[in-house]
Parts: sequence; structure tokens; C-alpha cells
Amino acid sequence: MTQTLPRASTLASGLADGVTVMNRNLRKLRHKPGQIIAELTVPVMMVLLFGYIFGSAIAIDGGDNYIEYLMPGLLVMGAALGALSTLTAIARDNSLGVMDRLRSMPMARWAVTFGQTAATLLIGIVGLVVMSAVGLIFGWRAHNGIGPTLGAFGLILLFYYAVSWLGALLGSLVDTEETATRLMTLALPIVMISNVFVPTAGMPKALQVVADWNPVSAAVTACRDLFGNPGVPFGDTTWPIANPVLATVGSALVILAICIPLAVMRFQKNAD
Amino acid sequence: MTAQDAVIWAHGLTKRFGKVHALTGVDLVVPPGSCYGLLGPNGAGKTTAIRVFATITSPDGGEVRVAGYDVVREAQQVRHQIGLAGQYAAVDEDLTGWENLYIFGRLFRLGRRKARQRADELLDEFALSHAAHRLVTTYSGGMRRRLDLIASMIISPKVLFLDEPTAGLDPRSRLQIWDTVRALVDGGTTVLLTTQYLEEADLLADQIAVIDAGTIVARGTPRDLKARIGSRVDVVLQPAQDLTEAAAALTTIAANNTEPDVDPDRRTISIAVAANAITLPEVVRHLDTSGIEVLDVGIRHPSLDEVFLRLTGHQGLTPAPTDLEASHHR
Ligand SMILES: Nc1ncnc2c1ncn2[C@@H]1O[C@H](COP(=O)(O)OP(=O)(O)O)[C@@H](O)[C@H]1O
Ligand SMILES: [Mg+2]
Repeated sequence: MTQTLPRASTLASGLADGVTVMNRNLRKLRHKPGQIIAELTVPVMMVLLFGYIFGSAIAIDGGDNYIEYLMPGLLVMGAALGALSTLTAIARDNSLGVMDRLRSMPMARWAVTFGQTAATLLIGIVGLVVMSAVGLIFGWRAHNGIGPTLGAFGLILLFYYAVSWLGALLGSLVDTEETATRLMTLALPIVMISNVFVPTAGMPKALQVVADWNPVSAAVTACRDLFGNPGVPFGDTTWPIANPVLATVGSALVILAICIPLAVMRFQKNAD
Repeated sequence: MTAQDAVIWAHGLTKRFGKVHALTGVDLVVPPGSCYGLLGPNGAGKTTAIRVFATITSPDGGEVRVAGYDVVREAQQVRHQIGLAGQYAAVDEDLTGWENLYIFGRLFRLGRRKARQRADELLDEFALSHAAHRLVTTYSGGMRRRLDLIASMIISPKVLFLDEPTAGLDPRSRLQIWDTVRALVDGGTTVLLTTQYLEEADLLADQIAVIDAGTIVARGTPRDLKARIGSRVDVVLQPAQDLTEAAAALTTIAANNTEPDVDPDRRTISIAVAANAITLPEVVRHLDTSGIEVLDVGIRHPSLDEVFLRLTGHQGLTPAPTDLEASHHR
């Protein structure tokens, strides 16, 4: 099917469609107070669980306060896992036939995924604020002033947005909601093979290589650096850990550059 | 009827999924204002055809025009003219009924106020306003399907595609959907309806195309299709009546002198007659003048089931609940 480039007017109505789709996804959340409560308690639980239960057993070089080491990791981990909710959301729409109805309507097809990821991003911002507040209550601080702090949050949101598009693409590829849910459980180990909880230096060599090249590790290192929290390794490390901000921005942009066109094409093109 | 006059016009439509040939050269002409039934068993290609007509998927071959526009080159124009209610109720379970209609209205580019108004109106008209602000997850199957149906009517489409609109519904909900479809057709909407239920096609459709394994195997009015295999005269004989004598007398009115089916145990004889070729009084008179003594006699018109069996050589259709058959024959 030949697709002509959108004109300004179609771009504007496409954006309006995107806002409508976003609105739709936010409305859904409103009907699930349980999920809202879960979104708000999970950060508290994570900080308590990892900060206090594991924290006593994990010794970190250059800092006696584990929460200072942990918080950047938790913020990035929460972002990565939260952003992946697009995976099940899109798979659900597909399997319920809602996507078929949308495809038969004169709306802009690209607006579906953009609206979905925008809604997810808004939810992510709230999650980030809540978890940071919980961290502050339990003694975490950002030490480098307003600029680097905002930079760190911006980096987390960029990372979050990239992962939400990755989820959207995967969600449009799987055939059922169950497959999507199963795929999501794989995310946790992938996120955990990183420096979120412990420095990679103590890991077995093979695992350490994987962890050091994991974009999650780069994002966490960048945040530790920008927040002025302990755990930024010196000396002999991999390129992403030595250049964490660049590596994070780079990997996020690469993910976006790959996933946005592919995910949009999945919806733009007529389905099979 | 030309491609321009027809509301749906398909010529040589083919669609393949890997090795599966879902549609192999479908020709279809649906005139404006009619209710067209696409009747076929599971896997015949009904949903695939609807998905092509509704611009959800592209055909592999052939030409398809809907409302005068080509579904491939002018898909966007087509989308402004159509409504779709899928086989699986395509409404958002995590929203209320009202929100579903409002959001779809907005995506049909209605203004906020107009979308709100339309949602209220439709829920009212189709007796769902009591559940307007409840989550769709709490709806019964019938309510959900009705919501799906009215979601396809937000912009009062010229053409409505209904893919097995009553599959899996209880008899009462099915009647409600049938009433709605009739009202829409009366209002001038062209409806293309797929079904596995024979009496559904019989009751609603002006024209039927029977589809099997991706091909249209027959088309015509329900009456035409039934006429193809004619009717049967069934006779139950008096205990004293000689079977052979009765069979001989009945053979003279059978279509093309076909052999009668004789059941000596039940003492019944059944013969094939051409559709509408003979009336019951004529049969009775014939039996009387031939001196055949009967307990009971009747003319049985074929069901579309039998038509289908005859056309495809296999029994594919789902028998519908029988209580409906009794109460809703025209
Ligand atoms: N997306 C798909 N991928 C692969 N095969 C498909 C797909 N959709 C339909 N089919 C196949 O095409 C044939 C026709 O299916 P369908 O149009 O759904 O039939 P119906 O709606 O009449 O039950 C079936 O054999 C089905 O398995
Ligand atoms: Mg089907």
C-alpha cells in the first residue's frame, strides 16, 4: 500500500488522535484503583526490601550508605520494568480486536503507538517522582545541584521512553496477551544482570562482561555520576561504563530509531 | 450492476496466508441498501473477506471497491464510509461503555461535544444507558455485542460489516441484534453480514452468497437457493394401504420421476418435487383420486442446511438452536 507523507493538516489531526489514544489509556488506569495503589506501593516496597534487607549484607566501596548506591539503580530498574507495560497493553488491544477496529477507522494509524507510549511516559513520570520521594525519606540525596540532577532524571525518562517503544514493538509482534506476559517476566533477570544492586567487579567474568555492556548498567552509572552517589567505577572499565551518559543517550536513540519505525509500520501497514 | 453503482464490488479477490489460500477468486456485488449474507462454515474465509473490505488487510489479488473507492489505493476514503463489528466484540473491556463510544467518536474526528452527545444518544437508543458508566468487563455477552454493534454506527456509515454478529449469543440477545440489523437496513444502510447460522441468513439477507474454502459456491435469494434442491412430499400411509401401490402413484408427481424413498417399517414414503411446483391440496387430491389412504401428508421445504450440503458435498454449517426455528419462520 502506498503511503503518502502526511500534510500539515493530517499531522495535526494525527496528533489529536494520539492525544485521544493517550487519554484512553489514562482513563483505563482510572478504573483500576488496585493498579494505581500497586504503582505507588511498589517503589516503597522496593526501597524497603532492597535497601534494608539486602543493604545490611551488601558492602559497597566508597560509601557506607547502601541507599545512596541503590537509589539510582532502583530508579532505572523501575523505569525499565514500568516502561515495558506497553508490551502487554498493545498485545491486549491486538487480541481483543480493538486494533482491527482502529485500523478500519479514518484515524492516523501511527497515532496508536505514539498515544500508547505517551500515556505510559506520563505514568512513568509519576512513578519516578514517587520513588524519588521515597528515596529521599530513607536518606538518599542528590549531591551535585540542580543541573546534573535534572540531567539524571531526563536521562532516566529518555531511557524509559526508549524501552516503552521496545515494548510496543514486541507487543505488536506477539500473538497473544499470554505470550506478552511471559515475555515480560524475562525482563527482570535482564535488568538484574547489571550493576543495579551490586558492583559488577565481583561477578564471574562472563556475567561481568554482559553486565558491563548492559545498557541498564550504563544508565545506572550515569545517574550515580550525575547525582553524586557512590559506585562509579574508576580505571579499567568497558566503554559504556567509562562514558555512561553518552552510552545511555546513544543506546536510547538507537532503540528509538529502530523501534519507532518498525512499530509504526506494524500498524501503518495492513495487518495479516 | 457496475463497479461504481455497487456498494461492495469484488472481482477475483484472493488472499493467502503462507500456504493457506483463504480466498481464491471471490466475486461479489452488493447493491446499495441491501442486506447481503455471506454464509459459510468455520474457516471458509468470511472474516478474511470482511477484513479486506474494511481495509484492515490488503488483498493479494483482484480488485475490490467499497462505496465506490478502491480498498487499496483509496483506503482512507473507504474508512470514512464504513462501520465494522467484528466476530470478537472489539470493544475495550477496561473502559465503560460510554467511554468506548466517546473515544471511538473522537477517533472518528467528532468534536468533544458531538462525541459526548453521540455516545449518550446511541446508548439511549439501544437500551444500554443503564450500563453506560459500568466497565465493559461487567457486561453480559449480549450487551457487549450490542455495544460493539453501536460502536460501528457512530458515524452512521454507508456500509456496515457485521462478522458473525450473533455467534455465541443467547436467543434473546440474538433477536435484539436481528431487530437492530433490520432497522439499519430499513434506514438505508447497506449491510454485509457473515454467518454460520442458516436461519440468520434466511431471515435477514436479501441475497446470500454461500462461501466454502475461499470460494463462492452459490449465490441468490434464500428462495432461489432453496429452489435449487426443491421440496419433498412426505406421506404416512394407513396401516391397510399397500406400499408399492402408493409408491407408484406418488412417482407420477415426483420431480423427473425420481424414485421415492420408502420406509416399510414406519410406512412412510418421501418424494422429491420441484420447488413450488405443487401445493398441498393438489397432493391430497392426487392421492384421493389414486385411492391411496393416508394418515398424514405434508410438504417439507428444504432448510439452507440441506442446500449447503448439496452445494458443497459436506456438512459444514452449525445447526442453530431449534427454538428459534419454530418461532421465527417467515
Ligand atoms: N492471520 C492469519 N494467518 C494465517 N492464516 C489465517 C489468518 N487468518 C485466517 N487464516 C486462515 O484462513 C482461512 C479462512 O479463515 P477465516 O477468514 O477466519 O474464516 P471464517 O471467518 O469463515 O471462519 C482459515 O483456514 C484460517 O485458518
Ligand atoms: Mg470468522
